[in-house]
Amino acid sequence: MAIIVNKNTKVLCQGVGRAGSFHLKGCKDYGTKMVGGVQPKKGGTTVEGLPVFNTVRQAVAETGADASMIFVPAPGSADAILEAADAGIKTIVCITEGVPVLDMSRTKAMLKAGYPGVRLIGPNCPGIITPEECKIGIMPGYIHKKGKVGILSKSGTLTYEAVHQTTAQGFGQTTCVGIGGDPILGSTYLDLLPLFEADPETEVIVLIGEIGGDAEKSAAEYWKASMKKPMVAFVAGRTAPAGKRMGHAGAIIGGAEDTADAKLKMLASYGIHTVDNPSLIGAEVAKVLGKR
Amino acid sequence: MKLHEYQAKDLLDAVGVRVLKGVVAGQASEIEAAAAKLSEAGPWVVKAQVHAGGRGKAGGVKLAKTRAELIEKARGILGMTLVSKQTGPQGVLVKKILMVEACDIAKEIYVSVLMDRKAGKPLVIASAEGGMEIEELAVSHPEKILKLHLDPLAGMQAWQSRELAYQLAPGEPSDSPVIPALAELLMGLSRAFFKYDASLVEVNPLIITPGKDVIALDAKVAIEDNALYRHPDIEAMRDVAEENPKEVKAAAAGLNYIALDGNIGCLVNGAGLAMATMDLIKLHGGAPNNFLDVGGGANKDTMLAAFKLLLSDEQVKGILVNIFGGIVRCDLVAQGVIDAAKEVSLSVPMVVRLEGTNAELGRKLLAESGLPITPAAGFNEATLKIVEAVRGK
Repeated sequence: MAIIVNKNTKVLCQGVGRAGSFHLKGCKDYGTKMVGGVQPKKGGTTVEGLPVFNTVRQAVAETGADASMIFVPAPGSADAILEAADAGIKTIVCITEGVPVLDMSRTKAMLKAGYPGVRLIGPNCPGIITPEECKIGIMPGYIHKKGKVGILSKSGTLTYEAVHQTTAQGFGQTTCVGIGGDPILGSTYLDLLPLFEADPETEVIVLIGEIGGDAEKSAAEYWKASMKKPMVAFVAGRTAPAGKRMGHAGAIIGGAEDTADAKLKMLASYGIHTVDNPSLIGAEVAKVLGKR
Repeated sequence: MKLHEYQAKDLLDAVGVRVLKGVVAGQASEIEAAAAKLSEAGPWVVKAQVHAGGRGKAGGVKLAKTRAELIEKARGILGMTLVSKQTGPQGVLVKKILMVEACDIAKEIYVSVLMDRKAGKPLVIASAEGGMEIEELAVSHPEKILKLHLDPLAGMQAWQSRELAYQLAPGEPSDSPVIPALAELLMGLSRAFFKYDASLVEVNPLIITPGKDVIALDAKVAIEDNALYRHPDIEAMRDVAEENPKEVKAAAAGLNYIALDGNIGCLVNGAGLAMATMDLIKLHGGAPNNFLDVGGGANKDTMLAAFKLLLSDEQVKGILVNIFGGIVRCDLVAQGVIDAAKEVSLSVPMVVRLEGTNAELGRKLLAESGLPITPAAGFNEATLKIVEAVRGK
């Protein structure tokens, strides 16, 4: 079964500049029900054969869209998220990197207060994909395969590694979510883990973490308390020096508990299967599934 | 982006926080003229202006009672190599000093405002036990640390500042002038956090003088990098002399680069994969030279800049390229590799692993280029090959 997005999800693309239209095409070619684009001043034109609207509200009225993929540049991303929420979009995926953290702090507060039914994924993320049904994001579609592994990750390209490996092992994926690499995210591991636990087709969950913050710890505590499905985890950044921002705005070692080693040890102490070699994620999944 | 204490004090002063600004000198020849602008009578304090903390214990902060002593201490600190817990054993060169009037202190308080990523809201951390290192206090006396979340839409409320002020100065009578002054200063720190898109505003110590003045005696402000586009005036304060020269060069070329100590140059797309690549090199017994994420929109120019940066580094004895193309197209990466290798003679072994969008086309381009590049099929294999290639060099 699909998590969050499926073959019926109707998707808009907010921001149809070079990157937006390139990936709109990529999603459409993959089979996603792309229904239109939104770009102020460009209403009435078309992109990849789809209508472009000036506002999200118009787009929703005309197309019945229920999800949106945002490529609007960082200074306007928070505004685009709130516009989508107010127009009735339920699943908002913000791909844009570099959104100021205070913008996200405010946006999250406004979503929580005014739009409790909205699920935001990202920003600074590769997106979400339910293989062979719906791809909303920038991931290379062909490496995915419908199957039984659920993947949750802070990193884009490292998610592709896990996908590639689990596809090569023949297991495939139920749904993969790149939650993003920023300090404040629309959806955390904690928001999404219950969906994977409840999904009858997901048999194992792969969690890919990074240095910085304590989201992995919250995930481990939740797993221990409320989940029955096995989990395989990898945490990137064992060689990262303290106090340096490693690309992602959220990937910075603040205290001793932020390091990759501390996180891996913590995850293992809860009974989660950890790997210290990222090329062995697929092999570990095979081991875990073989034992069942 | 980190700022110096004197810059942080300017920013706090602009939002109405009481600070002692003092005077700055960057050359020994400037010291006397700068010192002449200070009050006639001492004592004064000389403070090293470096981006690392722990200055006091490292000899970077000194008290002077006479004018002659002030000049002498200033000359001693300017140009010294300051070694603290935060600088590493090699230390940092002190290129600027701040000279400021000294203050009598009746009480020291700690206050900071930062972003609590878990709550998604700004957080004020404060303690009536200022002066010492907050990390140590958090371990030894966690009950002495106060925490207060701010509404990101509304900022600090007057009642919050008042309540916090009474908690931070428990010895003061109800009608003490210290309470409104302290509350106003706390409001100012909150204003600064929001106005400047700060990632950190820290005052340690915030002091109450015997005469009941409330002053931010030290100040540390860091600005969130993603929001710098909104603050060109603050970005202009960037002190590149305090940053790693290789990192400054990389940033100018639009690259996401962090220098490390090893000899294997890494060129990767995506921050997570870049970190994981460094980790795997280490796991196989090698040492990564750098973190380098060429990002999603990597084109020929950024690839060329990345290769030039790695190949011009004498520490680099081998290069590993690890690309999993999502946005970035592998054929463009391959073309970048070929162009760069032709322009800057490729003097070290290079292993290239391409996967993702247009990977086959990319591999074909590399194979037909005639360049001495070792292809690798997987992530693990690629790492093993480069570690093997640089072993013994």
